[in-house]
Amino acid sequence: MSVKSADKTPKIDVEVMEIRQITEQIRRFRFEPVSRKPLPVFAGGAHVVVEMQDGETLRRNPYSLMSRPGDTDGFTISVRRDPAGRGGSVFMHDQVEVGSRLRISHPVNLFPIDRRARKHLLFAGGIGITPMLAIMAQLTEETQVFELHYGVRSELEGPYLELLREKYGRRVTVYRDDLGEKIPLAEVMKGQPLGTHLYVCGPTGMMAWVLDSASQAGWPDQNLHSERFLAPPSGKPYQVRLALSRLTVEVGTHQSMLEAIEAAGVDAPYLCRGGACGQCETRVLSLDGTLLHSDHYLSDEEHQSGEKVMPCVSRFEGRELVLER
Amino acid sequence: MLVEGIKSRPVYAPLVARPGQLHLMVADAEGAQAILDLAVVAPQGFFLRAHIIYVPRDGAGSGFDKRLAALSPGALYVGPTLAASLPRLKQELANAHMGTQVYLAGTEGLIGQAMIIALAAGIDHGSIQAEHRGSEARRVQCVHCKGITDDVTTQPVACSHCGLVLLVRDHYSRRIGAFQGVCIDAEEPGTAPVPEEVFP
Repeated sequence: MSVKSADKTPKIDVEVMEIRQITEQIRRFRFEPVSRKPLPVFAGGAHVVVEMQDGETLRRNPYSLMSRPGDTDGFTISVRRDPAGRGGSVFMHDQVEVGSRLRISHPVNLFPIDRRARKHLLFAGGIGITPMLAIMAQLTEETQVFELHYGVRSELEGPYLELLREKYGRRVTVYRDDLGEKIPLAEVMKGQPLGTHLYVCGPTGMMAWVLDSASQAGWPDQNLHSERFLAPPSGKPYQVRLALSRLTVEVGTHQSMLEAIEAAGVDAPYLCRGGACGQCETRVLSLDGTLLHSDHYLSDEEHQSGEKVMPCVSRFEGRELVLER
Repeated sequence: MLVEGIKSRPVYAPLVARPGQLHLMVADAEGAQAILDLAVVAPQGFFLRAHIIYVPRDGAGSGFDKRLAALSPGALYVGPTLAASLPRLKQELANAHMGTQVYLAGTEGLIGQAMIIALAAGIDHGSIQAEHRGSEARRVQCVHCKGITDDVTTQPVACSHCGLVLLVRDHYSRRIGAFQGVCIDAEEPGTAPVPEEVFP
């Protein structure tokens, strides 16, 4: 079986220079380019897709860059070990060592700051702090006004609490679940100056809570920014026919449609691999069955139309699915 | 004479009551009717948080100011001219917080000039509601002398500053709140067509 990818997007070979255990579940990795040439410049909020050759399986997971934008010597990410996940985070924790070689994509930013903002109001939950670290470093350099409200399970399980307190002092407020503390959203949102932009990254429930509360308080959509990468769900195996490539591929239980297409040697576009960016949008030519949409890129109408699918996270159940790919 | 499909041509939509702590409304002439129509469907108590700035213009006799007052808004200011009223909008925005919604209704001249102030206060143009009501008269900037002529109803129109005869285009500048006017008889001066009323 071929594990080689036909993906032609430019990649960067990197070496793992440092691994730090941050909390029981979270590790920080620093990558430096094998070529020793400067890495591409990124802005706060950007992520890279990390490729992991796990036996016969090529895993590709998006991780937010948390290092200081402008540091082109290396990139830093944090990975939370998720034993219930598909295996990427476990691979990063258990297989990757200092000196390991990995390939990463160029940085992609789906969560950029709005430079017209008068103030930046940041909300993070747990591992969702990682893009905020890069964003805050950038805002500090640009002498922008910001404040962070950060929810963690406990002092021990809260990544980067010390660093945040030391570096940002009163601009950071931490809320601990184990003490029953909750972000007083209504109070925080009240009285923010006109032109404030809001950014949130964290667990699904928290993000929905923050965004819904802001909308209810009259914050316009243009001022609300969020990032959420979905992991492709598992499901029953199925077949997909690729009309342009004249191929039929099998999608396994724990494989995404995009991964199956790539494994068949077809160069399919992608950026986030998490249902957010829209890059992998593919036209459905015909189907006899049901598309199981998981992305949050297509609209409800588009989901219902059955004419488009985001193969990075969505699946299919039924007799036949034909894609324009 | 108008070129179709110019992307900068603003698109307007009926006002919708949005959630918010403060509803800033600016209207002129028949724009008041858009606010009155909004009142029919707005949730109870909505107008307690509304500040309305209204310029009657020629429609002063139509009694819109009294009908707006009957909505019992949190504040109502009836101004003699737009120029006299805009500083009030600026002041309101200077004291406003997130959760403020802006509603503009009436002529395009009013919408454009009020929007400039709202944009300068840090509000994204996409979150400012605007509904065109009443006269289709345009605010036009002469691309030659940069002078602005208000309430243009004819095509072409003589620039009120330099006198060149201008073709009024659909090209619109959000920054200056005006349509573009370009000399229509530059090659052969004096051959401009007779102005016709096209923006009643």
